[in-house]
Amino acid sequence: MTSVAASLPVAERVRTPWSEFWRKFKRQHVAVVAGIFVLLLVAVAVLAPWIVPYDAENYFDYDAINARPSAAHWFGVDPLGRDIFSRVLMGARISLTAGFVSVAIGALFGTALGLLAGYKEGWWDRAIMRLCDVLFAFPGILLAIGIVAILGGGMFNVIIAVSIFSIPTFARLVRGNTLSLKHLTFVESARSVGADDWTIVLRHIFPGTIAAVVVYFSLRIGTSIITAASLSFIGMGAQPPTPEWGAMLNEARADMMNAPHVALFPSIAIFLTVLAFNLLGDGLRDALDPKIDQR
Amino acid sequence: MLQFILKRLLGLIPTLLIVGMLVFMFVHLLPGDPARLAAGPDATPETVALVRQDLGLDKSLPEQFLRFVSGALQGDFGRSVRTKRPVSTEIRERFFPTFWLTIAAMAWSVTLGMMLGIVSAVWRNRWPDRVGMTLAVSGISFPAFALGMVLMQIFAVELRWLPTIGADTWRNYILPSITLGAAVAAIMARFTRSSFVDIMQEDYVRTARAKGLAEPVVVIKHGLRNALIPVVTMMGLQFGFLLGGSIVVEVVFNWPGVGRLLVDAVDMRDYPVIQGLVLLFSLEFILINLIVDVLYAVINPTIRYR
Repeated sequence: MTSVAASLPVAERVRTPWSEFWRKFKRQHVAVVAGIFVLLLVAVAVLAPWIVPYDAENYFDYDAINARPSAAHWFGVDPLGRDIFSRVLMGARISLTAGFVSVAIGALFGTALGLLAGYKEGWWDRAIMRLCDVLFAFPGILLAIGIVAILGGGMFNVIIAVSIFSIPTFARLVRGNTLSLKHLTFVESARSVGADDWTIVLRHIFPGTIAAVVVYFSLRIGTSIITAASLSFIGMGAQPPTPEWGAMLNEARADMMNAPHVALFPSIAIFLTVLAFNLLGDGLRDALDPKIDQR
Repeated sequence: MLQFILKRLLGLIPTLLIVGMLVFMFVHLLPGDPARLAAGPDATPETVALVRQDLGLDKSLPEQFLRFVSGALQGDFGRSVRTKRPVSTEIRERFFPTFWLTIAAMAWSVTLGMMLGIVSAVWRNRWPDRVGMTLAVSGISFPAFALGMVLMQIFAVELRWLPTIGADTWRNYILPSITLGAAVAAIMARFTRSSFVDIMQEDYVRTARAKGLAEPVVVIKHGLRNALIPVVTMMGLQFGFLLGGSIVVEVVFNWPGVGRLLVDAVDMRDYPVIQGLVLLFSLEFILINLIVDVLYAVINPTIRYR
């Protein structure tokens, strides 16, 4: 998309899709703040092992068990004497990885299947859409539980499970876009000058589906983080002492009477993270959707 | 109409068959020998062989599949490995607490969600819209299990207004159904709003206004009816979401429903129960989608002639 702009020998600002997107996006202050928060989270997730004040799994302060937030322990201490702040930071690493990797895998396969179904139509289309129907026939978390029951617990299997159930959403989305794009004039003209299927799909149709995929990507990350945390919460994902947010909440349940703050901070962490991805996704959608009038 | 329903029913057969096959294959995909799993870890080779014969695992796969399907059609899913009782009995006992919980959650969340969505759309970009949509985006961002723990802590532990666990009286249903429905209310609000906003920009709405109709009449008669068409579809999809969500909520509130039965069954590797439950959940989901399709055809007559 940007290569078109680069080839234009014009001195003044050219309205590329990218600059148009940026112009609309930066007007949405909530989405911009959410985007900055997401970047901050990514930084925290990457740097967590170096910035945590205490070891998240192996540091036990037996004198401060169930202590409320203080200068030494910003988010307090859990029933085993571990520093909650450190655990929440390390948890960001796990949750963001789970969310991002699973949606990336889902988007990759889903987009490929959607392009194939929409472009080829006929037999391919029916087979792929039938497969999606079957995947849709299981409520998301149930599918994940089924997969975890076969493969066993743990974060790696949770990521696989969540990826699989992200595939059909992307496949349907991309298929729909492909179907409407492939009959447009620019695709027909590409075909008329002798472009092969690969070129048409990758150079001419795929770029047209990117906007929708990006929006869904952001919105799905929120959902996937919640699903992964839910699985850990019901004991099928990350196992203690791993500082995964859902697993932390599950551990905190045992001592809610004496130490409700142990549950509070992981809850806030999940909420703010998912909220940021959802707000960012909403902003991206409004900036990328040409149908929405700016107001 | 009847033809449409028949056609949709026939269209379900391939999906049902694949779902059935997946659920059947489930036991065979598991690591280890299903006969040994059913017999228990201390069983002698002779016992395992007997169990294999008893479960029909010595037959060929297609034969086993036929047996599985005919059993499932008669409501026979074998016996629970843990309690040795028939899976169908286990499920029947747990079915209604989950069913009523889902209905309660659906009822309040759809009502409130649609109201929020309509209010937001009518006062678009003004403060009711901002409040409504802030609530809605928070609702989809707060995971059910965390919300359930927060609600339980505040209303059951601190204030002691409501019971914490169990499903005996209607008061037990309040907190779990709020927890379960929150995300659905939020999704319905967002969806209703966008559907409504689209409709209110249509030509026929402008015509209705131009001919001097009062705004409430325009909103209710011209806006609402048309905006509801996509909303009904969304409602059906949310039912599936509730079925899945109930699994987590039942764990939080120690609810005696099928969701917790499933979690316990996975914990205990009670495969016949898992098999029966996965099939039940999928069937419910498929059935709901069918009902939604039919409802959709009732509301929107153009769809029937497809």
